[in-house]
Amino acid sequence: MHFPLRTLAPFTLLALAAVMLPGCKPKVADDSVIRVGEFASLTGKEAAFGQSSHKGTVLAIEELNAAGGVLGKKIDLISEDNQSKPGESSTIVKKLITRDQVVALLGEVASSRSLEAAPIAQAAKIPMISPSSTNPAVTATGDCIFRVCFIDPFQGTALAKFALSHLKAKRVAVLTSVSSAYSVGLSKYFHEEFLKDGGDIVADLKYSEGDKDFNAQLTTIRAAKPDAIFVPGYYTEVALIAKQARELGITVPLFGGDGWEAPELLTIGGKAVEGCFYSTHYSPDIPTEAVQTFVKKFRARYNGETPDAMAALGYDSAMVLADAVKRAGTTDSAKLRDAIAATKDFEGVTGKTSIDADRNASKAAVILEVKDGKFTFVESVAP
Amino acid sequence: MIFTADAPVTEFLQQLINGLSLGAIYALLALGYTMVYGVLRFINFAHADVFMIGSFAGYYLGQHVPAGTLWGGMSVLLAAMLICAVLGVAIERFAYRPLRGGPTLNVLITAIGVSLLLENGGQLVFGATPRTFPQIFPFTRFQFGHLIVSSNQLVVIAVAAFLIAALQLIIYRTRMGMAMRAVSLNPKAAQLVGVNINTVIAFTFALGSALAGAGGILYSMNYPSIDPLMGVMPGLKAFTAAILGGIGNIPGAALGGLILGGAETFIGGSQFSTYKDAIAFGILIVILLFRPSGLLGRRTIEKV
Repeated sequence: MHFPLRTLAPFTLLALAAVMLPGCKPKVADDSVIRVGEFASLTGKEAAFGQSSHKGTVLAIEELNAAGGVLGKKIDLISEDNQSKPGESSTIVKKLITRDQVVALLGEVASSRSLEAAPIAQAAKIPMISPSSTNPAVTATGDCIFRVCFIDPFQGTALAKFALSHLKAKRVAVLTSVSSAYSVGLSKYFHEEFLKDGGDIVADLKYSEGDKDFNAQLTTIRAAKPDAIFVPGYYTEVALIAKQARELGITVPLFGGDGWEAPELLTIGGKAVEGCFYSTHYSPDIPTEAVQTFVKKFRARYNGETPDAMAALGYDSAMVLADAVKRAGTTDSAKLRDAIAATKDFEGVTGKTSIDADRNASKAAVILEVKDGKFTFVESVAP
Repeated sequence: MIFTADAPVTEFLQQLINGLSLGAIYALLALGYTMVYGVLRFINFAHADVFMIGSFAGYYLGQHVPAGTLWGGMSVLLAAMLICAVLGVAIERFAYRPLRGGPTLNVLITAIGVSLLLENGGQLVFGATPRTFPQIFPFTRFQFGHLIVSSNQLVVIAVAAFLIAALQLIIYRTRMGMAMRAVSLNPKAAQLVGVNINTVIAFTFALGSALAGAGGILYSMNYPSIDPLMGVMPGLKAFTAAILGGIGNIPGAALGGLILGGAETFIGGSQFSTYKDAIAFGILIVILLFRPSGLLGRRTIEKV
């Protein structure tokens, strides 16, 4: 009997699959813990975000476990690093879902990377809570994707009003990062509100993530003589932009969104970022009890380090998840999803969290100023 | 000439200076690509990562000299160039020389391998988090009307011009330079008349890598945030510049660097800033369509 090899191939494959498939499933045996996956930029360009957020999340998990865990089980946080690189998040989120079989995902700060992970979490029906991605598209991916922070339409509006009322800036130049979903979105919402309120955008320039030379754009901006410059980017680029702006003799204030929030803004930017403003989710200076207790606990855990907004949101994201697990009474993903969606007036560090119909949280924003090498509270903007 | 407040001409001149200082760094890097190509006929993709190592050498050395002094800056610059020269020679000795005589493609793939090794090894050793490059040279701003030139930009342009001139002298006025040109013209014939081809190639790598090291320091002075992947984009641009000017041709590499830096700056400052890189690379395609061997590349000219 003679079978050509080619006709045999499908059968061999089938047989192989039959043998291997059961082996592929990892032992789910370990039911004594609740596995939660976290993907964050622990190293790389936006490492400060990932590290802060991660520290907040770890603090929350440790607290929950010290108090006996949730549903009588300890929470096992599995953290993976995406090195701030595009493409990495989808790989590690797939790994967290299929290999580690996490019940829920926490992550990312940067909207572009949350947008990478969201479709994968949605397809696997694993609930994902982004601590601090503000681009509206993130939660629009599907009904399993949530966030515990405000979104950019609100942030952009708040910043436009702030520029007109506080900075008294009628003429604003905008410098947007075209390769970041966050920056493009925030810039768009700022434009809409600022023009509607009678402001004038005198120059609208672009750059890409990873750029180091902004002299060209800044020279054009300088010629347009703005009252202030809006830079809705991330701290690595913002610090360099501020430095080069000052070197070109531009003295007007720069302002931006929560992407600025990192100590690196001060170490790289130095004197150049003095007198600049940005909006964010929280300030350690807010005198409420929730904030002050959190600051105290964080300092005790991390050698006196003061938590920033990413840390506070990282903490809140884990707490909101734990609260939902408690209410659901199970880690079944569909029930857990419904429980997260039903979150109402949850008291967190960054204020009351209620998840709305679009799976976003609406919260107040705070405006901070860089003063004497420190972030100083300026004002709070209610939603 | 008196400049009125930010007249278009001031803006133009300011952009010209911006472009010049960016282009000077591309030119320094492009020289390394073009020299190795001239002698060995392959593209040393690890060149951009030697540039990164130069910058990290400057970062560590810069913490041991008083900040903002001329001698401190110069000694850091020279030490980084030396470190890169040694690294370049080592890369040639251990990665490329064993493959010499084989197909060029093998060496090319090895070059990509060395590049990946340096990039990922760099992330392992230095970490992927960006660091702040110290201000090693004294810093001042010169103001002419609304035209502002920083001392960093001047140092970049001056050092680059000096190094390019020195390179021309080495290649056209020394015995080693003559040997390099001979190897470039015909390696077998050069060997027959007694040129030690190993020494010449090692020297070429030392020279090219030293220029990359200098480029690394100068780049980080202007853009003081460094990370192990910082070489990728400037490397690509410098490679483009080398091709633009005619690969293998030294004045061509310098010219290509300046054109690319200028184009990037002027487009970056216009309303088309979104397409900055796309247009810069588009220019390359257009020029190559009309002059396939680059702006100054001619097949018969001495290539080093």
